[in-house]
Amino acid sequence: MLGNIYIILKRETKGYFSTPLAYIFISIFCGLTAAFTFYLGAFLERGQADLFPFFESHPWLLVLLVPSISMRLWAEERKTGSIELLMTLPITTFEAVIGKYLAAWVMIAIALALTFPMWITVNILGNPDNGVVMSSYLGSWLLAGQFLAIGSALSAMTKNQVIAFVISTAACFLFVMSGVEAVTAAIEGLVPNYVISIFSSMSSLDHFYEFVKGVIDLRSLLFYLTSIIFWLLLNIIIINIKKAA
Amino acid sequence: MENRIILDSLYKSFGELQAVNNVSMTVEVGEILGFIGPNGSGKSTTMKMATGYLKADSGTSTICGVNMEINPKEAKKLIGYLPEGAPAYGEMTTIGFLNFIADIRGYYGKKRAIQIDKAVERARIKHVLHQQIDTLSKGYKRRVGLSQAIMHEPKILILDEPTDGLDPNQKHHVRELITEISKTTAIIVSTHILEEVDAVCSSVLLINKGNVVLNGSSSELRSKVESNNSIMIKIDPKHSEDLKRLLLTIPSISKIDVLNETESNVNINVYPKENRVILTDVAKIIADHKFPVKDIYQNHIALDEAFRKLTV
Repeated sequence: MLGNIYIILKRETKGYFSTPLAYIFISIFCGLTAAFTFYLGAFLERGQADLFPFFESHPWLLVLLVPSISMRLWAEERKTGSIELLMTLPITTFEAVIGKYLAAWVMIAIALALTFPMWITVNILGNPDNGVVMSSYLGSWLLAGQFLAIGSALSAMTKNQVIAFVISTAACFLFVMSGVEAVTAAIEGLVPNYVISIFSSMSSLDHFYEFVKGVIDLRSLLFYLTSIIFWLLLNIIIINIKKAA
Repeated sequence: MENRIILDSLYKSFGELQAVNNVSMTVEVGEILGFIGPNGSGKSTTMKMATGYLKADSGTSTICGVNMEINPKEAKKLIGYLPEGAPAYGEMTTIGFLNFIADIRGYYGKKRAIQIDKAVERARIKHVLHQQIDTLSKGYKRRVGLSQAIMHEPKILILDEPTDGLDPNQKHHVRELITEISKTTAIIVSTHILEEVDAVCSSVLLINKGNVVLNGSSSELRSKVESNNSIMIKIDPKHSEDLKRLLLTIPSISKIDVLNETESNVNINVYPKENRVILTDVAKIIADHKFPVKDIYQNHIALDEAFRKLTV
């Protein structure tokens, strides 16, 4: 089982790096995070040795950039028909879903790792708490992992990559927005309080900020992991349902 | 282990459309089944169910004794499949793609190199190994797909329109390859090129709108058409009545039609019973009575015509 997952992961990763896709994604991600940090986050003007302005932009960038990766995961396979080849090889749906998912997640990890000049910069300028930086990176990677799982599942529903992108972005945006106070305030009074508390506890943003504060909270960790497992299970179910349809 | 593929009473509907309606077939090692039918008749759907890509509404696909639904991974190991249009990962090079397939098929080390070499040789794709698949011509893409399907020398090979889009030389080569492989393999090949059925297939299964119209040999397919082996005689109308009367004495004749009557010519069409060859009997009557026949020939119906008559 691990063997097949690894073979698929390897093939997918080669696919990313034999096309401009990986290079463009990584450049845009690094470029935009830097731009956000210096211009919108006022990194230098703040005079504080931390990477908060850098990580603050991540949820909003990932909402757009992760679906641009995930949209092709299954929609492209359906469009080109290669899904028929893949699913008639002696592998299970589980292995295919996990292998493809991990390859994309690894690529995002590489993109995150390549923002290391930010980390070096802040260490030259001052003495940041590098534990906080590490937990923030972990939070960012988990957040990206959640968006990727959502996007992968939704991509399996269509052969149109644009549709996959739009619905995935909308879904990820919803998970971010559910933590924004303006949104919870707007629905306050309309629905019972426990609905609001469930709604805001589902917020990817709140859990992300725990990591950015330097807290690796078990609840936040579990939130991302269960969310990823849930969406990947949905992904497998969608592919198996389509097989019977 | 049984060396055969058995499809048993496959049914599949998409919404209102009954795409496949009770299709069964058995193909043994050494046999090549030509799976024919018009576009949209359910050929590809049947093959997708046979290979486990689609789930049948009911019915089973059994590969060398392994049930596809109960044990898909094992069953898929025994099958080589070329899907319609020979899909592959276009951004990969040919060799990169074949390496991936070899990995999935569980080959490593020396054996891996041998199996890849053999597949490359058989499909004749050596000089495009380092080319990106997206940049290959349709013919080469098809051959890359074929090499993928035969790499593990499967007992069961299912090819969905393997010669579609190939030039005559390439078609000839693919047919040769199929014939060569068939000694050790049970092959189902779908096509709508009927010359192919005569060229390579040992039996034929014709489906139309999801239903099996015929399961037999290509001569059986021809015999489904009444005009097969019928005799056409062109003669002066003044002799036609005499000739007709005498021809009706032949026991193996089923009926006689008179067509295109003009002042000087009439065409008499003589239909045999059960596609029997009646040319000698007819010729004897003409010779014995010295009928001044202007033209005579036997209709040997083309598969195309049989196909059309059975599926329109």
